[in-house]
Amino acid sequence: MASSTVDQSQVARNGLREKVLTLNSMNPRVRRVEYAVRGPIVQRALELEQELRQGVKKPFTEVIRANIGDAQAMGQRPITFLRQVLALCVNPDLLNSPNFPDDAKKRAERILQACGGHSLGAYSISSGIQLIREDVAQYIERRDGGIPADPNNVFLSTGASDAIVTVLKLLVAGEGHTRTGVLIPIPQYPLYSATLAELGAVQVDYYLEEERAWALDVAELHRALCQARDHCCPRALCVINPGNPTGQVQTRECIEDVIRFAFQERLFLLADEVYQDNVYSAGSQFHSFKKVLMEMGPPYAVQQELASFHSTSKGYMGECGFRGGYVEVVNMDPAVQQQMLKLMSVRLCPPVPGQALLDLVVSPPAPTDPSFMQFQAERQAVLAELAAKARLTEQVFSEAPGISCNPVQGAMYSFPRIQLPPRAVQLAQELGLAPDMFFCLCLLEETGICVVPGSGFGQREGTYHFRMTILPPLEKLRLLLEKLTRFHAKFTLEYS
Amino acid sequence: MQRAAALLRRGCGPRTPGPWGRNQSSAAAEASAVLNVRPERSRRERILTLESMNPQVKAVEYAVRGPIVLKAGEIELELQRGIKKPFTEVIRANIGDAQAMGQQPITFLRQVMALCTYPNLLDSPSFPEDAKKRARRILQACGGNSLGSYSASQGVNCIREDVAAYITRRDGGVPADPDNIYLTTGASDGISTILKILVSGGGKSRTGVLIPIPQYPLYSAVISELDAIQVNYYLDEENCWALNVNELRRAVKEAKDHCDPKVLCIINPGNPTGQVQSRKCIEDVIHFAWEEKLFLLADEVYQDNVYSPDCRFHSFKKVLYEMGPEYSSNVELASFHSTSKGYMGECGYRGGYMEVINLHPEIKGQLVKLLSVRLCPPVSGQAAMDIVVNPPVPGEESFEQFSREKESVLGNLAKKAKLTEDLFNQVPGIHCNPLQGAMYAFPRIFLPAKAVEAAQAHQMAPDMFYCMKLLEETGICVVPGSGFGQREGTYHFRMTILPPVEKLKTVLQKILFRYFSCPGTTRESCHLRSHSEVTSMKFLSLIQICVCSVSWGSTAGLCLGRPIAAHPEAQLAVLF
Repeated sequence: MASSTVDQSQVARNGLREKVLTLNSMNPRVRRVEYAVRGPIVQRALELEQELRQGVKKPFTEVIRANIGDAQAMGQRPITFLRQVLALCVNPDLLNSPNFPDDAKKRAERILQACGGHSLGAYSISSGIQLIREDVAQYIERRDGGIPADPNNVFLSTGASDAIVTVLKLLVAGEGHTRTGVLIPIPQYPLYSATLAELGAVQVDYYLEEERAWALDVAELHRALCQARDHCCPRALCVINPGNPTGQVQTRECIEDVIRFAFQERLFLLADEVYQDNVYSAGSQFHSFKKVLMEMGPPYAVQQELASFHSTSKGYMGECGFRGGYVEVVNMDPAVQQQMLKLMSVRLCPPVPGQALLDLVVSPPAPTDPSFMQFQAERQAVLAELAAKARLTEQVFSEAPGISCNPVQGAMYSFPRIQLPPRAVQLAQELGLAPDMFFCLCLLEETGICVVPGSGFGQREGTYHFRMTILPPLEKLRLLLEKLTRFHAKFTLEYS
Repeated sequence: MQRAAALLRRGCGPRTPGPWGRNQSSAAAEASAVLNVRPERSRRERILTLESMNPQVKAVEYAVRGPIVLKAGEIELELQRGIKKPFTEVIRANIGDAQAMGQQPITFLRQVMALCTYPNLLDSPSFPEDAKKRARRILQACGGNSLGSYSASQGVNCIREDVAAYITRRDGGVPADPDNIYLTTGASDGISTILKILVSGGGKSRTGVLIPIPQYPLYSAVISELDAIQVNYYLDEENCWALNVNELRRAVKEAKDHCDPKVLCIINPGNPTGQVQSRKCIEDVIHFAWEEKLFLLADEVYQDNVYSPDCRFHSFKKVLYEMGPEYSSNVELASFHSTSKGYMGECGYRGGYMEVINLHPEIKGQLVKLLSVRLCPPVSGQAAMDIVVNPPVPGEESFEQFSREKESVLGNLAKKAKLTEDLFNQVPGIHCNPLQGAMYAFPRIFLPAKAVEAAQAHQMAPDMFYCMKLLEETGICVVPGSGFGQREGTYHFRMTILPPVEKLKTVLQKILFRYFSCPGTTRESCHLRSHSEVTSMKFLSLIQICVCSVSWGSTAGLCLGRPIAAHPEAQLAVLF
C-alpha cells in the first residue's frame, strides 16, 4: 500500500505519460473477478503481521489465519511416508540410504521409472504421467466399490482449481441469450464466481437451504434454471460435496435427484469432491457422483456428462503447496477430450512433484508394507482431530447468542450465521463495505483473527456469515472460538 | 470454422482413419475403442461437443505437443508391444526437456530440494552445510515451515527477495524491487497471466499483440484463447533471424487498420530461432515501444543459454534503465524467467518468475487478485527457483561441484550448437542459421514439388508431412516450422540440441539421410541453393556415398571401389 502511494505521487510530480495498462484499459472481465479467500481482509492480515514484526503494539500477539484451508500452515505435520518417497524421488542418491523404509524406496523407484530420464525434472505428458493416471483410476475403482475407471479419462492437474477452470473454459460459448450459464451453489467457493467472471460466462445462483443444514433442494435448482433461461443458456451445474464453505455432506438420495435433474435439463455436471476424505458426522457418508451415476444405470450412466475433481491439498494429507490434483471425466465426447488435452498441453504439464504426491495419496501403503502402521496412525490422528474440532466449533458457536451454526458434517470450515446490529449495518454501508466485511475487519484489527466474510461466498440477502477453518490445533482453536464469540458479543453491544 | 476443421483433420479431433491413407495404428484404434465403449446409435447428443464448445479454445493450436507428438506416443507404445519398426526408440527432439534427454540434475539443487521435502534429513551428515543452510532459510519462509503450505499468491517473500538480488547482480547493479517480482508456475503461466490482463476492447479496438514469426506457439495459443488479435512481425532469416524495427513498424501500421496494437512480445534468446539480440537492437525495440506506446513482454527464459563467443545476453530491464529516465520511468515491461531451461533444466518443477517494471499500482493489485484465484504457484517450484537465483558462492562447500556441473552442461550445449549448425550447413538444400543461444536448431529445408503436392493431398502443411514421415521412418520427433510460423513458401523444422553428443550425431545423420532419400530432393534442391558452393556433381557423389555405405557411421566403408574417406567430397560422411 505504502509503495503505491509513492508511485502515484511520483506520477503527479513528474507528469509521466499515461500508462498503456490501466484500470480503464485492462481486460474488463479480469477486473470483475473477485476472490474473497485472498481478498482485502487477507491483505490487511499481511500488513498487520508486518507491523507486529516491526514491534507495533496491537491488542494481540499473532495473526491467526483462519481464512484458508491450509492445514500445514496451521501446524499439521506432513504424513511421513509421503515425504519420504518424495525426498527419494527428488534426490535418488538417497535410495542407498539405510534410513528409508524399503516400501518407500520401491515406490520412489516405481515413480522415477515412469518419469522422462527417470527424473522429476523432466516434463510429463500434458495429461500427467501414465502410471499415475492408472493408479488414480484404480483408486477410484476401489473407492466406488469396483465401478470401473479408465485411466484415459483421468487428467492430472495443478491442484483441483486448474482442472475446474479448464473444464469450465471448454464449456463457455455463445453470445447474448445463448451465452453459457453455469449453476453454482450459494454460498459457493469463490473460485467458481471468479472463473465465470474471467470467462465472461453467466453465473446462475442456486441457494442452499441453511435451515436444513445447507441441503441442496432440487426445487430450488428448478427455480434458478427457469429464471436463468430468460437471459442465458444454462449448460453446466456445479456441486461442491462435501460443501465449501458450508460443510454439508450430500445424501445419496440428494445426489440421485441432482443427477436426474441434470439429465432432464441437459446440464454438464461438475462435482467438486476435494473434501471426500473429510467427513466427520456419524450419520454422514461420502458418495461420489461417479458411483451414484453408474449405479443409476442407463440412460444416466451412459449419457450424463460428468467431471469430478480431487486434490492433494485437503483430506488428511493437506499438501496444498505441491499443487497436485486430478479430474475424471465421464461420458465426455472423445473429440472434446482431445480438445481438453490440447488446451492442457499449452501449459506443458502439471508440476511433476505434485503428480508424484498424488500417486502416493491414491495408492498409500498396503497392510503388509513396513510403513503401513505409521502411515495409518498418522492418517487417523489427523482425521480424528479434525472431527473433534468440527464438533467443538459447532458446539461453541451454537451456544453463543447471536450466532447460529449448522453441523460441520465434512470439509474444513464452519460457516456460522451472525446477527449484526442495525447500527453496524448502517455504518458499514456508509463505509461502502458489506456488513459482514465490516465485522470481519473489526475482528481482525482487534483480535488478530482472520476469517472471510460470507459476502465473499454469497448468501441470502440480509443474512450475514463468515467462514473460518477448523484447522488450528485443538487448544488454539478453543481459544480462538472463545475470543471470537466474546468479540461478537462486544461488537453487538457496541453497535446496539 | 475452417480453422477448426483443419485442426480436426490434423488429429486434434476424434481419430478418423489417418491422414496418411493407411490403417489406423493399433494404439489409436485401441484409444478410440476405449473412448467409444458404448454404442453411439441410441445416444442423444452430448451437451459438450465440438460444435457447442468454446470456439476460442477450439481455435488454439500448440504444435510443440500437437499431432506429431501424439503420433510419437503411439509409436512408442507400438515399440513396447514389440511391433517391428525401422528403429528401436523414439527420440523426442520436439521439446526442450533436458533431463528427459539424459541431462543429470544439478546435485546442489536436488540436495536442497530433498532437505526441504523431508526436513528430517537436516540431521543427516551426508548433506553439505551450505545446502542445509539454504533449506532452513526456505523452510523458515514457508507457512508452518513446510513446502506443503500454500504460499502468498505472489510467491514466498524471501524467494522474491532472492530473485530481486539475482536480477540486480545480473544487471550490474540496476536495482530490482521484490515487490515487482511475481513467482509463477513456469514462465508460461506468467506470460498468459499478463496477456490476460492486457486484452480488452471489441472490433477495431480489440487488443493486438505483436509476436515474432517464427514464435514459440504459447503466444499464438494464448492469443487465440483470449480472442486477442495476433499481429505478426517477421524475423529476418537472411540476417540470422535478427529483429528489424522497420518490420515492426510495418506490422504495427498494418495492424492499426483492424485492431489496437498494445503489446509487443520479444523472445531473446530466440525460440525456435536461437538468435541472441544485440544491445543496439534491444535499444531500438525499446525506443519503438516507447514511441508506439506498446507494453513490452520480454521472454528471457534462455538467458543462461548463449553459446556464440561474440554474443552476450542483455536483459531488456538493464537496457531500459541505461537508456535514461524518459524510457526507464515510462516503458511498461514484463520480463520472464524459468527453472526449466538454462543449465538446470528443471522443467517438471514448473518454477518461474516475472519482473514487472512501471506497472500501474492499481494494475499490480489486479494482478495479485487474478493470481490469487489459483492460490499459489507450486511451492517446490518456488524453492527450485530460489536455488537457481541463489546458487553456491565461492568459499561455500558446494561451490566447486556446482560450478563444475554448470559449466559442463553449458559447455556441452555450446558444442552441440556448433555441431548441429555445421552439419546442417554441409548439406545442400538445408540452411541453418548459427545457434547463438537457446536450445534449438530451426533449419530451413527444401521440399520438392512432389512432396508439397503429396502433403496438400493429405491436407497437411508440407513440413508437417515431412516431419510425420521422418518420425515414422526414423523415430525422430521434431516439430514442423508451420507450428511456429514462417514466411509463406518456406519450410523449416525445430529440433532440440539436447540429446547427448553421440546420440545427437545419430539423429542428425538420420535426418540428413532421410532428407537425401526423399525423391526429387537432390536436383531441385541444388538448383534452389544457388548460393551453395556445393556443385551438383559433388552433391550427387555424396548421395552415392550414402547409398553405398552400409551406414553413415561407417567411414571405413567402400564407395565406387575406394574407401569413402578417400573421396574429397566425403567430408560429410567423415564428420560422422
